[in-house]
Amino acid sequence: MTAESLKRRFSFPVCAGIFFAAMALVPSALSLAGVAGDGIAQLDMLNKIGIYAVLALSLNIILGHAGLFHMGHTAFFAVGAYATAILNTAHSWPVFATMPVAGILAAVFALLVALPIIHLRGDYLLVVTIGIVEIVRIALENNVFGLTGGANGIYGISRPVLFGLALKTPPLQFYLIWGFAAVTVALFYLLEHSRFGRALNYIRYDDVAASGCGINVARYKLAAFMLGAFWAGMAGTIYAANIRTIEPSAFGFYESVILFAIVILGGSGNIAGVLVGAFLLVGLQDVFRSFESARMLVFGAAMMLMMVFRPQGLLPPRRRHYDVDALVDRYPSGLDEGFSLSGRNGKKRAGETGAS
Amino acid sequence: MSLLSVHNLFKSFGGLMAVAGVSFEVEENSVMGLIGPNGAGKTTVFNIITGNHKPNKGEILFDRMDITGKPPHEIVSLGIARTFQNIRLFQDMSVLENVLAGNHCRMRSGLFSSMFHTPSQRRDEQRAVVRAMRELAFVGLDAEHGTLAGNLAYGNQRLLEIARALASNPRFLILDEPAGGMNEQETADLITLIRSIRKRGITVLLIEHDMNLVMRVCQKLVVLEYGAVIAEGIPSEIKKNPQVIEAYLGTDE
Repeated sequence: MTAESLKRRFSFPVCAGIFFAAMALVPSALSLAGVAGDGIAQLDMLNKIGIYAVLALSLNIILGHAGLFHMGHTAFFAVGAYATAILNTAHSWPVFATMPVAGILAAVFALLVALPIIHLRGDYLLVVTIGIVEIVRIALENNVFGLTGGANGIYGISRPVLFGLALKTPPLQFYLIWGFAAVTVALFYLLEHSRFGRALNYIRYDDVAASGCGINVARYKLAAFMLGAFWAGMAGTIYAANIRTIEPSAFGFYESVILFAIVILGGSGNIAGVLVGAFLLVGLQDVFRSFESARMLVFGAAMMLMMVFRPQGLLPPRRRHYDVDALVDRYPSGLDEGFSLSGRNGKKRAGETGAS
Repeated sequence: MSLLSVHNLFKSFGGLMAVAGVSFEVEENSVMGLIGPNGAGKTTVFNIITGNHKPNKGEILFDRMDITGKPPHEIVSLGIARTFQNIRLFQDMSVLENVLAGNHCRMRSGLFSSMFHTPSQRRDEQRAVVRAMRELAFVGLDAEHGTLAGNLAYGNQRLLEIARALASNPRFLILDEPAGGMNEQETADLITLIRSIRKRGITVLLIEHDMNLVMRVCQKLVVLEYGAVIAEGIPSEIKKNPQVIEAYLGTDE
């Protein structure tokens, strides 16, 4: 009882609010604490984590909620980042104006590539999505349509300007990135607790039963892909404006695997788990780096241990709460569809099973 | 008049002819049983009606509308709901969420309203929860709404599948071995439940091996053997039909 009420009090929205409020204090805390260079190195690391967190949250819709083994998420990220870079440097669009375009282009790209493969399952889908990442990276390296600048990429992307304020300093970029992450968390949390979020979960557990319940499985899978890609595209805008020089090597298979691992290790279908995963996997990359060439070995071993001992991830999905009690006094009265509860003694059977 | 008519249905899997020219009619607001020995093609007929299989030949009319070959989710929204022979619940989701799955096709909120929890989305959601709770109360599982579906007793899992199907507001309900794995008391309750489903004006078509249940709830029976209809009629006639007895018990030669 107390555990239950404690759980209710520290519900996800409350915890997320506390987390983002604490994050908002980080830049001032770093400068007050007198960290070398006002903590620019630390902020850069947090900014990187923030971008990965947003990307992993968007992948979580596809991989965590719909259960589609998609290992090509950086392809959509790349489409968004390059859309912003090209529109900004060649056509001098302001960065924020490119954001919706980046999202839409990534979503359209996702639709085109996902349409022929949406019926594939499990590892088959995985292999195809790996192919997509490689195709996109190689196309970018070969300066496709003469737009992407080849292996050197595109440089000189301007700073984002918000209400006349250029977001130049690392703390301002930090607020932009983590502000975007907060909005992402809020909207995806609401989405999880809706008809749409549930439909994706039904499909993950049993797509035959889902379609037998009236869910258009192919349409929801495509919608999950497009939404995830749209968000990855917008994250691409933020990334391009943060890093100012983008090159194909930033959108490779390795980055896709990291995103995949963040979702799987953190806890697929759990927003908090994905955030924890982003902190661990991106934050610990520097630690991994000290293993040098054995880095992938250690990473792989950690992954295997996790899959053996905790396959559901660090934080398994939380169960949705429905305020049934608030509706209880309404539902017996609304029997207007020609059937009655008194036809069968509902409570009796429920009581029986409760006692057994 | 008949709500569902099946005309000359054929379906083969590789070389095996699972359904070979099946035709029958289901009267509106009746309970009809589809019976026959194992492997007679009963579940295949169900799967064709619900759109899980496409027939090689033949057509299915629902309320005079041709629904042959339509995808399952469209068939559900037209008003045909089903349960599965091997229970297919969403085991790791709550009982309530399982029933909400059935109501999905009657809900309206899309991606954007879901993401922003607009007032119309909230109303939609509330209506669905109320409907789902009522269906749970109807099958007697409302007190279990927060339990994980996989933790329910076997018989109750079958009832939950029925509640989930009813939540889609069907005119026609297809039950594939609803009494499978139920004890005597649960089967007796199921008979009452099927009768009250019919009282709600829902037509029921069921496959069942429990002859006691079939004889007590069905107004009409269709008997399949080797993918073809061998007998059709009211239960008391079917019971005496020599061909049916032969199909079930074999002949001594």
